[in-house]
Amino acid sequence: MSDVYIVGAGIHAFGRHDAMSGLDQGVVAVREALKDAGVAWDDVQFAFGGSSASGNADSLLPRLGLTGVQFINVANGCATGGSALLSGYWAIKSGEFDIGIALGFDKHPRGAFNPNPEQWGLPAWYGETGLMLTTQFFGMKIQRYMQLHGISPRTLALVAEKAFSNGAKAPHAWRREPVDAETILQAETVNDPLTKYMFCSPSEGAVALVLASEKKARAMGRADVRVMGAAVRTRPEGSFEVFAPSLRIERGGSATALAAEAAFAMAGVGPDDIDVAQLQDTESGAEVMHMAENGFCADGDQERMIHDGETRIGGKLPVNTDGGCIACGEPVAASGLRQVYENVVQLRGAAGARQVEGARVAYSQVYGAPGLSAVAILGRA
Amino acid sequence: MAVAIAENLLTDGPDGPCLIGGRDPETGEIVFPLPRGPLAARFKTHPLKREGTLWSFTVQRFPPKPPFIGATSPFKPYAVGYVELPGEIIVETRIKTENFAALKIGMAMKLTRETFAQRDGEDVYTYAFEPA
Repeated sequence: MSDVYIVGAGIHAFGRHDAMSGLDQGVVAVREALKDAGVAWDDVQFAFGGSSASGNADSLLPRLGLTGVQFINVANGCATGGSALLSGYWAIKSGEFDIGIALGFDKHPRGAFNPNPEQWGLPAWYGETGLMLTTQFFGMKIQRYMQLHGISPRTLALVAEKAFSNGAKAPHAWRREPVDAETILQAETVNDPLTKYMFCSPSEGAVALVLASEKKARAMGRADVRVMGAAVRTRPEGSFEVFAPSLRIERGGSATALAAEAAFAMAGVGPDDIDVAQLQDTESGAEVMHMAENGFCADGDQERMIHDGETRIGGKLPVNTDGGCIACGEPVAASGLRQVYENVVQLRGAAGARQVEGARVAYSQVYGAPGLSAVAILGRA
Repeated sequence: MAVAIAENLLTDGPDGPCLIGGRDPETGEIVFPLPRGPLAARFKTHPLKREGTLWSFTVQRFPPKPPFIGATSPFKPYAVGYVELPGEIIVETRIKTENFAALKIGMAMKLTRETFAQRDGEDVYTYAFEPA
């Protein structure tokens, strides 16, 4: 068993890049990560990679070099990146490998996703009648949460305002212009209560992380960011998920709460120990609800915390310091790895204008359809 | 004469339209829609209650992409939500209303039909709930 370190991190900026395929962006991210780690592709012993809309991730191989490396394609919905990271983490931790890479890239068409009911085990009428939209789910989940826990529309706007403000300071973000809360509130509504500025959009981008054993990381002089805990969990009975024609009356927990609990237990730390957090913010409401689901506050506390600026950079718990999905967009297979990339940059103290001073323990959580969450906790060694 | 969007989705009861759910005779578990394939054998057809309360809702403000078959040009926003049928199940549904601002979690709802699209020259209806 070995501790696992992140010794290299590379990103291709998120956004829209007409001249580049998803694969092209993946190549850039891998090369950046290798350069950052100071290793060559030939040194890589394994790769776990995913892409949901840009073809087979291992199509990268001819571009990077046909070294015979074992490359495993990972497909796990919106948690594809998180799952690639977890797979690499296990591979190193087992003692079987010293160095490998986790990567994800994507390039989605513009506009909302349009899934096929049959692929989700659902009847055709569910799509035909206009019920099969992810954005509706997000609207309905936060709508109920707001009523039960006293969250105001203004709080949703403040979350998005913070995202654009942080995105403006992150070179890899897509939306880099601040937008004020009033503009966000008054913008056209997509799915009530969420306006267009509160939603993230499908986008493009790629991230790669080089993982190494403690021994290897020390030999490289790069044993500064350690993976303290990582977990993926799927939905329990009674959770509320996208594409559900019906729900049980008796409600249950969530995949996120399960993944958070598992990762905290592995890491031996609790929510109070976290200095910076990247939480899935498919829309403003998701960030609000995930603050509680990950254990950072009780349901309803977000109203005060966000009003008081506690989740801004400089606050008690800065959340989504690079603007999250709202400012970066969501290339599905790269999105969870972007969160981890941002945490690596924060822990190295290299985040420039968006640096969380003295960050030592960083948390990331990616959530997605059909109801799974991946959490990673990193610590500065 | 409008046609139903699918078979085995809703039926006509003595009090009006009624959603077709399934009930597991052994556990009492109620499901919707009625499962197809091998799972169907576990459930007996169970007509669901026609009245319930609004559990949550939103308004679909932009035209969905296919497989949606309703008109998209021009597009008329429609409400959707979940309605809790007491003691049975919470079902997802279109909400037949023009007054989106009046929708409120907890309000009483009742089942109806809604003609929402045309296919092959025929009106197509599905189930919907409306404020009671």
